[in-house]
This record gives sequence, C-alpha cells and structure tokens, in this order.
Amino acid sequence: MSSPSAPTDLDAASVAPVQEITYREAMRMAIREALADDERVIVLGEDVADYGGTYAVTKGLHEEFGRERVRNTPLSESGFVGAGIGAALGGLRPIVEIMTVNFSLLALDQIVNTAATLLHMSGGQFSVPVVIRMTTGAGRQLAAQHSHSLEGWYAHVPGLKVVAPATVDDARWMLPTALADPNPVIIFEHNALYGEKGTLAPDGSPVDLESAAIRRSGDDVTLVASGGMVPKALAAAETLAARGVSAEMIDLRSLRPLDIATLQESVMRTHHAVVVDEGWRTGGLSAELSAVITESCFWTLDAPVRRVAAAEVPIPYARHLEDHAIPQADDIADAASELLEVGE
Amino acid sequence: MSRFQLDGVTSDEARGLLADMIRVRVFEERCAELYAESKIRGFLHLYIGEEAVAAGVIGALDPADNVLATYREHAHALLRGVPAESIMAEMFGRATGCSGGRGGSMHLFDASTRFYGGNAIVGGHLPLAVGLALADQMQQRAAVTACFFGEGAMAEGEFHEAINLAALWNLPVLLCCENNRYAMGTSLETSESQVDLALKAAAYAIPAWVVDGMDPLEVRRAARRAVATIESGGGPVFIEFQTYRFRAHSMFDPDLYRDPAEIERWKLRDPIDTLGRWLVDQELLTDADIDALWERARTETEQAVSAADAGPLEPVDGLLDHVTVPRTDTSSTGAR
Repeated sequence: MSSPSAPTDLDAASVAPVQEITYREAMRMAIREALADDERVIVLGEDVADYGGTYAVTKGLHEEFGRERVRNTPLSESGFVGAGIGAALGGLRPIVEIMTVNFSLLALDQIVNTAATLLHMSGGQFSVPVVIRMTTGAGRQLAAQHSHSLEGWYAHVPGLKVVAPATVDDARWMLPTALADPNPVIIFEHNALYGEKGTLAPDGSPVDLESAAIRRSGDDVTLVASGGMVPKALAAAETLAARGVSAEMIDLRSLRPLDIATLQESVMRTHHAVVVDEGWRTGGLSAELSAVITESCFWTLDAPVRRVAAAEVPIPYARHLEDHAIPQADDIADAASELLEVGE
Repeated sequence: MSRFQLDGVTSDEARGLLADMIRVRVFEERCAELYAESKIRGFLHLYIGEEAVAAGVIGALDPADNVLATYREHAHALLRGVPAESIMAEMFGRATGCSGGRGGSMHLFDASTRFYGGNAIVGGHLPLAVGLALADQMQQRAAVTACFFGEGAMAEGEFHEAINLAALWNLPVLLCCENNRYAMGTSLETSESQVDLALKAAAYAIPAWVVDGMDPLEVRRAARRAVATIESGGGPVFIEFQTYRFRAHSMFDPDLYRDPAEIERWKLRDPIDTLGRWLVDQELLTDADIDALWERARTETEQAVSAADAGPLEPVDGLLDHVTVPRTDTSSTGAR
C-alpha cells in the first residue's frame, strides 16, 4: 500500500476522469478490498451478513467472503466490540460495525476502558489494531435513541483515533489507512451521507487520518465542520457568497487528533471562525474547537468564535422539530453573517 | 487430610503445586507489609487463601495459551512465569515493572507469557478472552484462552454476552470462576438470584462444573479435563472454583461484612497447610523439604524487593509514551 497522502481539494479531484458513486458504495468498496487483500480482516456486527447491515453497507460481502469472516453477532454490543478488540490482540484486523453511536454506549466500557487503555496500561506491550465503524447523526426522524452525535465524547479519549469521512473519497480511502494503523480507530458515518453521490477519482489511494481538508477556499470567514455537517457548511458558503461573503470551509476529517495547524492557518487569514457541530453545545466538540482557535488565534480574531451546534434537547421525532434541533445550512450562514455584521 | 487423592496427578506435580502456592503466599504477604510501608500504593488485592485455583489451572496450560485475570492477579502472573522482580517493580511504580509503572498491582501485563492482564473492570475482560480465542480459532492455532473472574462478574452483562458468544462460536475458552463468595463486601446470596453458578453457566449449553477450589489436586484434574475437552473441539468450558479469600477485599477494606468465625472456618482448609500436611503424611515430602520451599520463596521475594527498589523510575519525559503507537512502529502490534 502506498503511504497515505493528504486529501486533495474537491475541485482538484474533478480534473481526473471520475466515477459517480454513493458514499455507501464507496465504504463497501473499501471493506471488500480489505477482505480480499488481507485474510486477517474480518467484519463483525449485528446483521452484517444476510441482512446486509442496517444501512446496507456490507450487503453481499458474506456471499463473497463467507459467514466466518463477515460474521453476524447477537445483540451484544459490549460483547462483540470486546471480541473485536481481543481478536485484534490475537492478530486479526477486525472491522466492527455498530448500528448507531447511541448503541455504542452499550460498548463504551470496551472502547474507553479497554481499547483506549491497553497499550498504556501494558507499558506499550499490547496495541489494539481494531477499526470500529458506527453510524451517527440525525435527519431521518429516528428520534432520541437513534439520532445523536456523540463523536465529541470519543474524541475526548486519549488512545483512540476518531475520523468522520464526509466525502466519497474519504469513505473509500480512510478505511485502508485505519486498518494499517496499530491503534483503535473509530469511523463515524453520518446516516444522511450514505445515499449521497460523489465523484471518485480512479487513481485514488489511502489518505491520512490526521489532516483537515479545505473544501472551499475563502477570505472572510472560516467555517469548520465534519461528517454530515460538511455539505451543510458548503451550502452555507454558497449562501454567504450571494451575500458578498467569501467563506472558507474546513472539513475536519479527523476529530482526534485535531489538525490545529490547518485551522490556525485559515483563521489567521480570515480573522473569523464559525464552528459547526451536530452534537450538543455544552461540553462538546464545538467548545473544544472554539477554545483551540481562540488559544491559537486570539490576537488575529476580529470577533469571538461563533458556535452552531445542536439544541440542548434529545433529538425529537417530528420532522419540523428535528430540523430545528440540529444545525441547518441557513443557521450556519446566518451565524457567519452576524459575525461579519453582513445583512441577510 | 485423607480427602486428597493423587488420582492422575503425579507426586512431582503435587509437590510442584505446593511450591507454587507457597511462592504466591510469601510474595503476597510481603506485599501487604510493603503496602503498610507505603512502598506499594493504590489498590492492592491479595489472593491469600485462593492460591490453589491459580496454581492448579495455570500449571495445566501450555505456553501457547492465553491467560487473562482480574485485578487480584499477582498469583496468576507469577505462576504464568512473569518474573517476581518485574511484578514487584510494577507495584513500586518503576520503569522495570512488567507494565513500565503504568499499571500497578491491578494491571500486570506480559506479552512474552501471553498474560493479558490485570483487568480491573469486573467482567470487562471476558469479551476480550472471546476475541483472543476467536483469533486462535480463525488462524487455526491450537491454543486455549483461560479467563479468570470472580463470581461478582456473573452479575455483569458482559459475562452473559461473552459466554453466549463463546458458546455460539464454539470457541476454545476456559472460563474460570473464582467464587470466593464475596463481590467486595456483597455476599453471593445478596448478589445472585441463582447461587448455583455452574447451573447458571450451563444455561448457555456448555459444560459447567463445580470444583473444590481449596483442593489443588482436584483443581489440576479439572483444569486438565477442561483443556482436553476444549482441545478436542468441544468449545468453551465453565468451572466454578469454590474458594475463599482469607484477607479483606483490599488494603482499604475493614472487612465488616464477614463473620470472623466464617473466616476461621475457611482457614482450616488453607490449601497450603492441608496439602503440605498430606504430602508429609503420604511420605512424599518431609517437614524439612517444606521448610526449604518456604525459604526458597522468601529468597525469591526478597530478591524481587531488592531489584524493584533498585529499579529506575520512568522519566517524566516519557509520560505520554504508549498512548498511541506511532504509525511507523508496528513492533508492538499484538503479541504475534
């Protein structure tokens, strides 16, 4: 495998011949390649075989690779995540699928108390090369036990790497890097992205899990987002352009570690930052991002960092309430406009 | 004393079991003193009284097997072959400790003996054992994963998730329940609706046995039988070892929840005293031989204390080491 490189600007990708593909297909392509290339790779999770995975990501893979390697588990999140961690210790390279981040709380003990600590507690003897994929986010009217965004909790924990692919390229090319990484890597897949189509460059290769990507360049304000908030932030940038504001849009890609240098470089140019997070505001990822930007760019900021985050409420079912509970493109554009004192 | 029977255990093995239990006892009694001297800090959980279980089971395992234990694991580490001095150094928080001073008493780890802790979330290591066994099974390695846990773990969901997975996937796991009757201060009767723990485990459609955990010869026989069952492809085996800890839960525990008479009754069954006396009665050992075993254990422990004392502290510059493995360094990726 070639060494991972930083992702290119989306605009640059359109130069090469392109392949139209959904985010879901890109993810499946990555898993299929991993299973084909490395016999140590297995897929573990609820209904990953015949059912094809709750979001159909692993559909058909059991027919190609067998039920041993694409292995259905009982509804035992702590049990099968822990088994994935143990199998990684034993020399396999498991990809564990958890239906949603809400369900991952049943496996929090294994992820936080075991996967994240073993290397340190053992004085460097036992690393845990496991990849844990899970769906996150609201937008499908699934209410308060299937719709939350708890990425920030995982990003809080030393010992974990946390990524959130927002594009088909990252859906396709983050996984091989995650599997090659000797550490536990958590991949957050926003449920609203699975059906999104994008262009996949035919000459793509594994990408790094550390750097943020500037998805749109601009001069007046830096919009920072990840995962499912990336398309919304890009839409907000369009709205802002119509208002005469040139917005730069940074896709974090990695939530742990954070690419502070890229944030800093951008905000030093734009002097304004709007941080977007589908998680709650209080004690959340947006608070961390705001602090990081404030600490590193305070003297060049023309205004306080603005946060656009989920309302402080369990995500409700009704469409109109759900829409208001999570950040929308207009919320982001309006926050930036207020920050820059630009009329809407 | 006539209750002991060799019955398949060689006399050499019986002598070895006594020697192993004495090594553990001496080591841990010294740990208690060192705790009082503040040389060892944090939590310190002693296994005194339960030695027959670790000695009987671990001696029935091969080097290729995996061992996972709880936070009461000094005996398991020592008998698995982790050097006494690196265990002691770990408890002294030294760089020469088996976990580089990061783990302490509750988190002994050693890749070379396939010793996977030292796990201090009750029940949390059972899924890990399942995964290790799955890796062995899928990579066609003939190995058994022995997982020790207390009866308190059987009230945890992770126990049930793990035993179900092990049974469903027919994994080579030896589930060793060390039933010392108290989950910290909570008695078996107040924590389990079904106090017949083997019956509870048998609900998962696997062999589940009850064994006298104060009889090291019986423990050895049971462990050997379990290993044979597992190696023949019979899937996981559960054994409830009925035992008792003579000391309090940890050094912080005033032991208010147990009747002192109950403790004294169990002490009459001290596996070291009883096996020693029986071996003398059977003329398999002399009193002088037994004295020599104690002396040898004391020497080993004192050497461990001296070596630990002389061990350097990890430099503070290394505080952030071993949080994540740098991507280019794959040397510590798993044990294999």
